[in-house]
Amino acid sequence: MQYETVIGLEVHLQLATRSKIFSGSPTAFGAEPNTQASAVDLAMPGMLPVLNEQAVRFAVMFGLGIGAEIGRRSVFDRKNYFYPDLPKGYQISQFADPIVGRGTFEIQLEDGSTREIGITRAHLEEDAGKSLHEDFHGQSGIDLNRAGTPLLEIVTEPDLRSAEEAVAYLKALHSLVTYLEISDGNMAEGSMRCDINISLRPKGSETLGTRAEIKNVNSFRFVEKAIQHEIERQSDILEDGGKVVQETRLYDADRNETRPMRSKEVANDYRYFPEPDLLPVVLDEAFIEDLRATLPELPREKRERFVSQYGLGEYDAGVLAASRALANYFEAVASDAGDAKIAANWVQVELLGRLNRDEKDIEDCPVPAAHLAQLIQRILDDSISGKIAKQVFESMWNGEGDADTIIAAKGLKQVSDSGELEAMVDGVIADNPGQVEQYRAADEGKRKKLVGFFVGQVMKVSRGQANPQMVNKLLAEKLG
Amino acid sequence: MSDTPSSTPTVDREEIEKIAELARIRIAADQAGEVAERITRILGMVDTLQAADTDGVEPMANPLDATQALRPDEITEENRREAFQAIAPAVENGLYLVPKVID
Repeated sequence: MQYETVIGLEVHLQLATRSKIFSGSPTAFGAEPNTQASAVDLAMPGMLPVLNEQAVRFAVMFGLGIGAEIGRRSVFDRKNYFYPDLPKGYQISQFADPIVGRGTFEIQLEDGSTREIGITRAHLEEDAGKSLHEDFHGQSGIDLNRAGTPLLEIVTEPDLRSAEEAVAYLKALHSLVTYLEISDGNMAEGSMRCDINISLRPKGSETLGTRAEIKNVNSFRFVEKAIQHEIERQSDILEDGGKVVQETRLYDADRNETRPMRSKEVANDYRYFPEPDLLPVVLDEAFIEDLRATLPELPREKRERFVSQYGLGEYDAGVLAASRALANYFEAVASDAGDAKIAANWVQVELLGRLNRDEKDIEDCPVPAAHLAQLIQRILDDSISGKIAKQVFESMWNGEGDADTIIAAKGLKQVSDSGELEAMVDGVIADNPGQVEQYRAADEGKRKKLVGFFVGQVMKVSRGQANPQMVNKLLAEKLG
Repeated sequence: MSDTPSSTPTVDREEIEKIAELARIRIAADQAGEVAERITRILGMVDTLQAADTDGVEPMANPLDATQALRPDEITEENRREAFQAIAPAVENGLYLVPKVID
């Protein structure tokens, strides 16, 4: 039978506040264990939470960024469960009245097409600490530095249909929250963690199948693999006439499989109730409108502008607009070079390719935008060919200076002197009588192919510096 | 008003045991029956309250007629690990040690 995959995602986004959501402890990553855990974070008796204004602002900015309803009056609740890295015995979260209500989110797929994904809600909550299970003589070690770090949990409708869509959603979300600068989006440090709800149903069916929840997947690649594995597991069960059990599973990246979590045998029953230590959070129009005024141009707007202003394709515009730093870089190159399409091509192919190869981010790019723009200008004014330009780019990458410096130092300027080129062309023709014979005997169609040999020879003689248009013209004249 | 006990939901032993486990409260086997009865009586009282007409009444999240004050995002706490860990039953390498937990 043909099955349709139905996926909903819950992303826990760590907000980029300096201090914790309910205490004045720092949130910096990587500190010595328990050096950033105050009496509030440790749940000492009598401690009371006080809400961090910046966490509220960031949550509202996210809501505005996806055009969602903002909860004018939101309420914190206690979510009760026992685990040693949660010393209070409850997590302060939001249940019935979240700060961000319904919204929509547009994702772009590889083929350039777009889809709207429904956002059910986003709510503020505190993170738990960390449990370490190794090497403590049969005991577990607890680090509460992370306890109380502000999280925004962003929940989608079951609108995603494949691993590809899920990854596209996460990438778009990552792009949005880093544009808004409400999170550093560092997945390796756990700033964006993902729970995946996934079920299968016969194609064409409207009712949802039984779902499994895969907890805490923290990279785009693992999300893709976990979903692919889970689709296979569930379809095997259904094919054999079995039933999928509703349960929480963990993705094991080393084995590329999901398996049930042992500790969740008792069905989740969190017994939510309103947090008596916090009052309702009421936001007035001015608070919200002030934040709306601070929103930058968002990825989708930027992408649409790149299409209309520079005439780029949808997909190319999407790639360039995915990160704010990359988009700024591209625009700087485009404006200095005076040709946006060539700039887009260079940034996307050469620059991104090189960054990927060295596993660098655009922020660490050794070639300033002005230098790349200069290089493009030299192609446009025929000083160098596209091929030589790649060589110059490599030198710029290695810190040998700007384009003009490198072209001059290495004598790479294109030969456009007709006398010099003519001598080269004559030499190549004289050295290859056989090929000349063949060329002259060939018909028009074949000649086009054969001329490539002569162009290649001239390029070789000129060490790639001959102006290709002029070489072609000269060859056409001389070969007759 | 619902003062007839028959309409009140009853809680049985099994449910008491489940709630006790979720709340990590130990209820002796010979007490579970009595606790179930007492909780059933409390639910009866809640039932009485639920009969009140609450149409148009906004749910109350907090009895104080006030809204949450917000704190500026500033680091006001310093590292006091040594003081906190001095009163912990077991610590090692800066970590609090607890009975082994497994996922």
